[in-house]
Amino acid sequence: MPVIPETDSRFKELDEYIDSVKEKKGMLIGVLHRAQEIFGYLPKEVQSHVAKRLNVPESTVYGVVTFYSFFSMNPRGKYQIKVCMGTACYVKGGNKILERLREELNVEGSEPTEDGLFSIHEVRCLGACSMAPVVLVGERDFHGRVTPDKIPHILDSYRQKEVKGNEDQKS
Amino acid sequence: MAVENTILICAGGACISAGEESVKSVLEEELRKYAIDDVVKVVETGCMGSCNLGPIMVIYPEGVFYQKLKPQDAKEIVEEHLLKGRPVQRLLYKGPTGEIKPKAKEELPFFTRQVKVATRNLGVIDPINIEEYIANDGYFALEKVLQMTPEDLIEEIKTSGLRGRGGAGFPTGLKWEFTRKSKSDEKYVICNADEGDPGAFMDRSVLEGDPHTVLEGMEIAGYAIGAHHGYIYVRAEYPLAIERLEIAISQAHEYGFLGEHIFGTDFSFDVELRIGAGAFVCGEETALIQSVEGKRGQPVQKPPFPAQKGVWSKPTVINNVETLANIPVIINKGAEWFASMGTEKSKGTKVFALAGKINNAGLVEVPMGTTLRELIFDIGGGIPNGKKFKAVQTGGPSGGCIPAEYLDTPVDYDSLMKLGTIMGSGGMVVMDEDTCMVDVARFFLQFTTDESCGKCTPCREGTKKMLGILNKIVEGKGEMKDIDRLENLAKTIKDTALCGLGQTAPNPVLSTLRYFRDEYEAHIKEKRCPAKSCKSLIAYKVDPNKCVGCTACARACPVGAISGEIKKVHKVDQDACIKCGSCYEVCRFDAIEKIDAVDLVTSS
Repeated sequence: MPVIPETDSRFKELDEYIDSVKEKKGMLIGVLHRAQEIFGYLPKEVQSHVAKRLNVPESTVYGVVTFYSFFSMNPRGKYQIKVCMGTACYVKGGNKILERLREELNVEGSEPTEDGLFSIHEVRCLGACSMAPVVLVGERDFHGRVTPDKIPHILDSYRQKEVKGNEDQKS
Repeated sequence: MAVENTILICAGGACISAGEESVKSVLEEELRKYAIDDVVKVVETGCMGSCNLGPIMVIYPEGVFYQKLKPQDAKEIVEEHLLKGRPVQRLLYKGPTGEIKPKAKEELPFFTRQVKVATRNLGVIDPINIEEYIANDGYFALEKVLQMTPEDLIEEIKTSGLRGRGGAGFPTGLKWEFTRKSKSDEKYVICNADEGDPGAFMDRSVLEGDPHTVLEGMEIAGYAIGAHHGYIYVRAEYPLAIERLEIAISQAHEYGFLGEHIFGTDFSFDVELRIGAGAFVCGEETALIQSVEGKRGQPVQKPPFPAQKGVWSKPTVINNVETLANIPVIINKGAEWFASMGTEKSKGTKVFALAGKINNAGLVEVPMGTTLRELIFDIGGGIPNGKKFKAVQTGGPSGGCIPAEYLDTPVDYDSLMKLGTIMGSGGMVVMDEDTCMVDVARFFLQFTTDESCGKCTPCREGTKKMLGILNKIVEGKGEMKDIDRLENLAKTIKDTALCGLGQTAPNPVLSTLRYFRDEYEAHIKEKRCPAKSCKSLIAYKVDPNKCVGCTACARACPVGAISGEIKKVHKVDQDACIKCGSCYEVCRFDAIEKIDAVDLVTSS
């Protein structure tokens, strides 16, 4: 994985945020949230930068990053597919949805697919139990009452979106 | 021009995921097209509760209830209902026997049997408009308490009998009193909005549908204990709740309900949001405090309790969202009114999230002491597809499963405890005959091993050992001694784990062993899964008498394990079959049978 150079302008964006919350106590988790929004993930160089700016040991930052499942040290897919593994979804076959997704995308963990488009994440209850089983793509795209058969269609809809986006860019 | 119709659209989590936003945008477009957008007011509300019917819209003054809407339905509603005064029949609620209930909210037991206190504003007001909250008595309670002494206020909450709605049920007034009595220059209020129990979504609904009530409750708690600063610790999984809380906080500042000299008094209070990062253990109060401080969310030994030494080592009150949502109503209507509802030791109402194998999945609030049968059958509408009720799971990973024979138990903190489970935050996941209880126990142990923070050995290692044994059993490799091993481990973990997560982690296993021991034994002795759910113990087979050779199963099979010519009986290659169940789901002739794998040899 290429290292993000210190001159990358995104560090400046992160610094602006850090400066805006400097007065508050205990902002490490908040800063890491922002950093992950900016970079998409939290590689070592981003963690070092945060440690330096907040004046805490790198080990503390690493400790927090690895403790919380929301933080990732590896890049993720453009469309993050979150499969709810809550009780209601499980009882209604959430694990079958997960299996089918893994099969369709040919990935085992949360690493991105070869085209970088998707990554699969098992998540805790999304609180949409009445729609179980639930799959959330990105932050807001909910797919409720999913069956394994619907998986290819759901994936295709994002692939098409991508193709369309690329065409729009060209034209 | 005067408003002639008000349309409430439910913008709760379930309705949004069912497509509420596009319904609303078509509706608004149509209203503009017919130039009636100035006489028809459209309001997005919080969760109305009947989540399985979404997207929902209610048109007033008549109160006509439309359900399961598609974007194009909005056009018909405008043209027929609003312009011609003819309600659109096909979009109205139809009962199980086909009878139409045009005003479902006033007619269905699901709505009429509820008593809404904490969720009073859900589905009624626009959560991002502070004036609608004020119009429904919002911030009246805060104004009232500022004229009381903190001691009288605490007494009032104690008299109400309110107990913490987050799980353990500790008396709220007492918690406030302890924190009030702790001497310190600074104190804090934390709202625990880290709703982590799978199957529970009441806090999310309150945060999204009525964020101001949480702020008002926190301020009242702050006044009671002598705090000027509060934190809301909310899960990162709830972006909409975060967004609406941010809006509410800034509106409250604008209106002078937050900040310095509230209502012209000496009382000042401010609220800050802290976003979690996906760790279930952070719902445990000492872990939550660590996380608020930006650290790894690992629990610490109690005592000292947060009331003595909480966030930044200062006395801290931690209350759950639903607890706080009750506070303003108790103040407005009086402690006696609140205490008149419920059972002897559990007063007031409780919000439950009904989910799983139940017809009316959604959010309901009922008086404490309502029986499980009333909740699941009268209000929840029973089990779908004519299946049989097997158990209801309460209390999430810390709770247990209650079998059919206890359906008439009145639900309160103590009665659930007696049944070997807990109230928890109020999630109820209903299970039918197709759910394997050993697998459910395994599911929860998987959950706790994943979420164990690793600090104490009993939880870190013990739950892993239990999971290993359960895995063995569901794979058909268990032995009878394993049941004793599970019980021994469970007892040790309960007695020795550091925090609530570990101490309650064995509950799902213990309660299923208590009520469904026969299922464990069937897995171990007969190598059969009675629910036909455990993959290693089942097989799929074609019934030659029913198969018409339509080839649907062969096409659905992802591994090509089904062969057969068109219009001829098909066959499953058992060695290739991965038991995904795709064939079972697509067959329209009931020709795919799920059988016990041990019966394969004899039946084929």
